[in-house]
Amino acid sequence: MTELLRADNLVKAFGSEGGFHIGARKQPVRAVNGVSFSVTTGETLAVVGESGCGKSTLGRLLLRLIEPTEGQVHIGGVDVTQMSAAELRAARRQMQMVFQDPYGSLSPRRTVAEIIAEPLEVFGIVKTRQERRERVAELLEQVGLPPTLMDRHPRQFSGGQRQRIGIARAIALNPDFIVADEPVSALDVSVQAQIVNLLQDLQEAKGFSYFFIAHDLAVVRHIADRVMVMYLGRIVEIGPKRSIYTAPQHPYTQALLSAAPEPDVKKRTKRIILSGDVPSPSNVPPGCSFHTRCPLAQEQCRQVRPELREVAPGQTAACHFAEPNPIKLPVSAPAYAS
Amino acid sequence: MTSLDQPVEAVRPTRTLLENVTATFIGRPSMIFAAVVILTFIAIALFAPLLAPYDPLAQSYLVINAYPSAEHWLGTDQFGRDVLSRLIYGSRNSMIFGITAPIIAALVGTTLGVVAGYFGGIFDRLVTRMIDLLLAFPDLLLAIIISAALGGGFWNILAVLSIAFVPGFARVARASTLAVKQEPYVEASVAVGLRTPLIILRHVVPNIAAPVVVLMTLWVASAIRLEAALSFLGLGTRPPYPSWGNIIRDGLNNIFGSPWPIIGAGFAITLVVLSFNMIGDAVRDLLDPEIGQ
Repeated sequence: MTELLRADNLVKAFGSEGGFHIGARKQPVRAVNGVSFSVTTGETLAVVGESGCGKSTLGRLLLRLIEPTEGQVHIGGVDVTQMSAAELRAARRQMQMVFQDPYGSLSPRRTVAEIIAEPLEVFGIVKTRQERRERVAELLEQVGLPPTLMDRHPRQFSGGQRQRIGIARAIALNPDFIVADEPVSALDVSVQAQIVNLLQDLQEAKGFSYFFIAHDLAVVRHIADRVMVMYLGRIVEIGPKRSIYTAPQHPYTQALLSAAPEPDVKKRTKRIILSGDVPSPSNVPPGCSFHTRCPLAQEQCRQVRPELREVAPGQTAACHFAEPNPIKLPVSAPAYAS
Repeated sequence: MTSLDQPVEAVRPTRTLLENVTATFIGRPSMIFAAVVILTFIAIALFAPLLAPYDPLAQSYLVINAYPSAEHWLGTDQFGRDVLSRLIYGSRNSMIFGITAPIIAALVGTTLGVVAGYFGGIFDRLVTRMIDLLLAFPDLLLAIIISAALGGGFWNILAVLSIAFVPGFARVARASTLAVKQEPYVEASVAVGLRTPLIILRHVVPNIAAPVVVLMTLWVASAIRLEAALSFLGLGTRPPYPSWGNIIRDGLNNIFGSPWPIIGAGFAITLVVLSFNMIGDAVRDLLDPEIGQ
């Protein structure tokens, strides 16, 4: 298992850019706040968290679709954040993205062949029209669409079919690393499984790594090798899928998992209901950012921010009370917040 | 693969561009009317010397303020000039300004707007301020100011009309670019490494074309109106050469002598402006990939 990607202390603050302001300057929002992790070759690292926790921003930082405020991203040992515009364009061959919105991510005015061939043309992989059509046909077959449809426009396809087109575009360059930004959350449940399976089959065939952004824990359980849980721009827990799902250490992870629907009535456990809302990312609470909603919060949590520490082999959690034995939470969380 | 996975059947059939155009036109009889009117007026402008029964500048004191007759279909004005011939020659000025000024303004304005919207920064602020400055004046007032500074003449009128329309195009193009720039497909083409000029040409421009083209067809009408207004004020086409605007101006002084110049020119302007507006509506529907299908 070799390390493919490493992120060091990534920070993205929105609203800190210069410019002419009248009145008081707003506090910048730190959407991603000091995140470090790595992804090894061929693995799937899934990121989960509530809306606004910074997971999509993080995915875009890894590909440098947005500029990080601080920190580095190394892919294959090279620092992406230091690349010039030309180097970055060249490096895009190794890193691709599958987008959440299958409707918005394909230009309505271009044909499927033009969309899928775009990366191939950028890198001069196909020279002639004939070559281009052959390669597009191959890619369409790989994602389970008939090549005869390559001259159609995206509007003629359903959401699932469009997502397959988006996947074909992402794998066209044989990348090492793919950021999948909630690739199935906009799709019908019946189609979700097909797309997840397709993503898995392609990974098996080509051996690339996924940074899989999701909020559906059932999908994550199916596809992930490791799971990373984010809250307010920070990692609260990261570890192998099995240990995250069976022995979550951070109270937030536990609450998140307890909220996932469980089809088996016998396996159903009491849901941990968190009180209060997610604090505003522009005004993150001091100490542990989760303390306003945490059923275990103590004075210590309001003062000192817990660092990520190893709680089991390969599993780290950012909680003062994390320990190898799962914490027993009160069944209904008292309202500590306010 | 499960039985759910049957992508072929669900795919909707393709329509060619021609079929789209036909479908758009056939659904609306008004469109056929508008197209016929515009093509007719373009033909009239092109073949004016062949169509006009008289020299539009030739005066005759024998037939002043004549009523319509077999010799002068639309009568004559206070100088005895044939009104129909003046209207036919006048269509040349009106149509050429009406069509070229919006095109020039669209090219310049869209370029400014797209570049400003896509890149932002200092250039965007300059362009935005300039647009605000120009839009602060009504287009007629702006046209009067500029033509007072530049003087008359064909090229100056063209420049005046174009400059008056640039800020509108720039603003629409900038606003549309800001919206399109947020679309995931633009981000997707950044992610595959496409160069910025190509992103703008391939993904931004085609997707902001609809509002710009619609604006263009609407401003054909405005340009004809504005040229007429400038000529009416004596800042556009110089007498004795006819344009629809100065035909009305001349006619106004003599409205009780002969109403025919005003009626004829007013009718021609209304017809052309109305037709271009109707075409604008249809073009909008045609260019929208969702409605057009």
